[in-house]
Amino acid sequence: MDATLRLLRSAPPTALFGLFIIFAYSFIAIFAPVLTPYGETEIVGAEFEPWGEGFVLGTDSLGRDMLTRLIYGARNTIGIAFLTTALAFLLGSVTGFLAATISGWVDQLLSRIVDVLMAIPALIFGLLVLTIVGTSITNMVLVIAVLESTRVFRLARAVAMGIVVMDYVEAARLRGEGLWWIMTREVLPNALPPLVAEFGLRFCFVFLFISALSFLGLGIQPPTADWGSMVRDNATLITFGDITPLMPAAAIALLTVAVNFVVDWFLHKASGLKE
Amino acid sequence: MAQIMKMVAQRFALGFLTLFVVSLIIFLGIELLPGDIAEEILGQGATPETVAAFRRELGLDVPAHIRYVEWLWNMLQGDMGRSLANKREISELIGLRFGNTLFLAVTAAAISVPLALTLGVLAALYRYSFYDRAVNVVTLSSISFPEFFVAYILIFFLAVTYPVFPSIANISDATPFWDKVYKVLLPALTLTLVVVAHMMRMTRAAIINLLASPYIEMANLKGLSRARIIVKHALPNALAPIINVVVINLAYLIVGVVVVEVVFVYPGLGQLMVDSVSKRDLPVVQASAMIFAGTYVLLNLLADILSILTNPRLLHPR
Amino acid sequence: MTSNKKLTAPLSGDVSRRGFLGGTAALGITAASTSALMGRKAYAAKKGGHLRAGIGHGSTTDSLDPATWENGFSLSMDYTLFNHLGEVDHTGGVKPELAESWEASPDAKTWSFKLRKGVEFHNGKSLEAEDVIASIQYHMGEDTKSPAKSLLKQVTSIKADGKHEVVIELESGNADFPYVISDYHIAIKPSKDGKIDPTEGIGTGGYVLENYEPGVRFMANKNKNYFKSDRGHFDQVEMITIIDLAARQNALTTGEIDMMDRADLKTVHLLKRKPGINVMETVGYKHYTFPMRTDTAPFDNNELRLALKYALDRDELVKKILRGHGVVGNDHPISPTNQYHADGLAQRSYDPDKAKFHFKKAGMDGTVIQLSAADAAFPGAVDAAVLYKEHAAKAGINIEVVREPNDGYWSNVWMKKGWGACYWGGRPTEDWMFTTAYAAGADWNDTFWKHDRFNELLLAARAELDSDKRRTMYYEMQEIVSNEGGVVVPMFANYVFAASDKILPSEQMAGNWELDGAKFAERWSFA
Repeated sequence: MDATLRLLRSAPPTALFGLFIIFAYSFIAIFAPVLTPYGETEIVGAEFEPWGEGFVLGTDSLGRDMLTRLIYGARNTIGIAFLTTALAFLLGSVTGFLAATISGWVDQLLSRIVDVLMAIPALIFGLLVLTIVGTSITNMVLVIAVLESTRVFRLARAVAMGIVVMDYVEAARLRGEGLWWIMTREVLPNALPPLVAEFGLRFCFVFLFISALSFLGLGIQPPTADWGSMVRDNATLITFGDITPLMPAAAIALLTVAVNFVVDWFLHKASGLKE
Repeated sequence: MAQIMKMVAQRFALGFLTLFVVSLIIFLGIELLPGDIAEEILGQGATPETVAAFRRELGLDVPAHIRYVEWLWNMLQGDMGRSLANKREISELIGLRFGNTLFLAVTAAAISVPLALTLGVLAALYRYSFYDRAVNVVTLSSISFPEFFVAYILIFFLAVTYPVFPSIANISDATPFWDKVYKVLLPALTLTLVVVAHMMRMTRAAIINLLASPYIEMANLKGLSRARIIVKHALPNALAPIINVVVINLAYLIVGVVVVEVVFVYPGLGQLMVDSVSKRDLPVVQASAMIFAGTYVLLNLLADILSILTNPRLLHPR
Repeated sequence: MTSNKKLTAPLSGDVSRRGFLGGTAALGITAASTSALMGRKAYAAKKGGHLRAGIGHGSTTDSLDPATWENGFSLSMDYTLFNHLGEVDHTGGVKPELAESWEASPDAKTWSFKLRKGVEFHNGKSLEAEDVIASIQYHMGEDTKSPAKSLLKQVTSIKADGKHEVVIELESGNADFPYVISDYHIAIKPSKDGKIDPTEGIGTGGYVLENYEPGVRFMANKNKNYFKSDRGHFDQVEMITIIDLAARQNALTTGEIDMMDRADLKTVHLLKRKPGINVMETVGYKHYTFPMRTDTAPFDNNELRLALKYALDRDELVKKILRGHGVVGNDHPISPTNQYHADGLAQRSYDPDKAKFHFKKAGMDGTVIQLSAADAAFPGAVDAAVLYKEHAAKAGINIEVVREPNDGYWSNVWMKKGWGACYWGGRPTEDWMFTTAYAAGADWNDTFWKHDRFNELLLAARAELDSDKRRTMYYEMQEIVSNEGGVVVPMFANYVFAASDKILPSEQMAGNWELDGAKFAERWSFA
């Protein structure tokens, strides 16, 4: 506890801000049903009611409460995007490290599979697979996780390749350390900073990919509230200078900035710089 | 150098293998998609009889594997075939579109890559300063917005409110060069906002990651200026991951810009491919997939060669 | 309402429907804003100019082959390059176009069309009976892929009588045949050895094809030899595919295009406020539906169908999905603009108690009903389904909205899943609409509905020449569909489109398709 406190006290204000936002979002996501004045899909008023009494942020095109939708959107968007990103990183970095550490035919095989997956435009691939297997949250998470893991694989492999030629890894090999040991003790700690940096952005790309899929009618299914579709539904308003669609977009931007502030702090700690 | 040549040759061979596997996957994928071109083109107006007649006309009553082998054979001889939907020569159909796609990608890359590298190096140099934070917040916010939304905002400001640029980029092959450049600036700017954050942050992270290395400490002790250390000593060693990210983003600029094409009415290859997938126009989908996959293979090879040139140790894994 | 024309009219070559403006006034909807605009200055078409139209349809897989025309872009292209035997005008009536006149035998089984003389194709060939015959036959027979095939099934023979007359025999009487033969698919193209070349763009229309890049743009130049001297005013017509709503509207407000179709209903009130933009609206036959498969459980139970019909608040759908640009439907496909619309039929309204009652009677308590929807069915279909779910919940009916991919919606969902969303462009005649989608065994009977009395009436009404008798029959048919049919028809949607004020539209616009019956290229001009 003390250690955590000390760590927090040493954190720069930006990182504290980032942590605060992340906790606040998590809190909102977890307690969404308690916090919201109305039900997620409940129609409570006329369409596009203005801000004010009753509807703090007004209502959407169908007359659902905007604030309620935003809060539920936090739950669905963050939940799904984080889950997908985490899966992608697990899959991508394990395979990437394996490829770099073992090299030889394992590297060849994994790299070729990844090549094939990456050579097909992601949106087209998603469209093909999801149309064939059907759109459900599980399918979507799995498909996007596999597609995104190819990008993680490439980065993980490239970074690990630079590490496995280092003397200390060579030494570990000569000591007769096992593959798992080398991967977790030597490669992972040294490869972590770029991977963490990538995580902060990948999360955002996953979110954008989901929203691009909903552009093709394949993303998160309505009436479920998610920020991507909330932006899309009202996007035309922005061309008349109406800021309604900015709110869900700003919500996601705030989260991205927050996550990356924390990532920066971590990078700073990891780099061992004393400044 | 000879080793690099050998690697290039190897990679080309592997590239062809990749293309082959991609073509198989695409073929299977389209075959597995519910509905075929006859049903999709006739749409709501389809009846079992007219669909059957259409299939006969297109030669879709031939078994799938025979059609694939035929396609492969023609492709190997450089004949991409004709679109099933409107009988147009595919090479002609795609050539123009791919040119447009490349044009947009090159314009966007010409703006975004130097911008991202500069911002990234500066951010590493003035890390944790106000500048660093501001650049981060702005670029991160810009990638948090879905592409079409970034486009709408730019259109609202730069085409509607202050009419500096046209709101649509409907170029044709008759459009003069500079006119083309002018028309694609807004879509290129949109794409820049989409890709800059990723490249810029990777540059910054890769450089900072090296700053604690003994040789940088050494340079510090020698009393070199911060700027000199970063540009001369850290940057070259950080290039491998940076190049990787740049290449991934270049590939994205070519392959992944369907949404921007739609919003700016830009006649690129992405829209063609999505249209063709949704109508199951297999030869066109295959040809586009081959072009995209080929682009990817080439860019990848380029990234690897560049990485090796910057860090020759990679050539000798053991 | 008005029954100004007797049904002898179609036999003499000028079928007239109830006036478009009369129809709108009766509905309490303000007529197209063009008439207000026209009030200010005398109507005078100006010749010349380069028209740029932004069209919200078009795919790179489109072609010039009439059998593949299925969207608003092909339709506009069709009416720019080609002509048909007849054309639907602003009254909803069909007037001779390439035909000079037509005549039917008293039983309406034999129709002869006298062709206009001196009409030339763009390649210089003169229009003759063989061209018309080849163009019609392209949509008939074993090997055609044309959706018009079903329409032409009733044709038993088709032959020339001299160079300028075509005689068509039908299997049974059809008083509305001139409408059928003027269907947009049946464009008249030049015949070569008894066949047309479906992929070439040579017609008799007001513009000559210059260049067509499917899914991107279409360009055509004025046809100097056009047989209609008072039509086709522009020097050049350019149509650009702009699928994205916001892009289309921005292009119009920034002057990149002169006109556009399909305005965004969510923001049309904002668009109206922009200076120099005219927003126009026409009432037509387009309606949105939720068809159920009456041949499969649970939708084979009419109690359930009634429960679902009562469980929907149509007014809210018109308000929120159409933003008021339409009228409520009454669970049958006949539009208030149609001649024989059953005005006396009580409007079905939202009644959760009745819905609950019928749902219970159907023995469905507690069952979840799946409703498939995708925006491919109609814009806002998914939202409409979500609203439906909320309305039905108040009646204790649990609807699960299944969002289907837009991709492949018509081949995989429509007429396959038990209950889904759908749209119909609508037909200007009752018989055509009912025959297409409600007659037993019809290709597009998307409710798989079979009702003996209804089918009897359909045949009788088709050959009936007495207008009053016909009216009685069509009224009864609408009542049957409404109470026993498998379709929920929540609303009829207006066409809403816009142009810059440099464009002078027709004084009175046709409502059979969007953009003045898709004939803006020949009917409009610069102001």
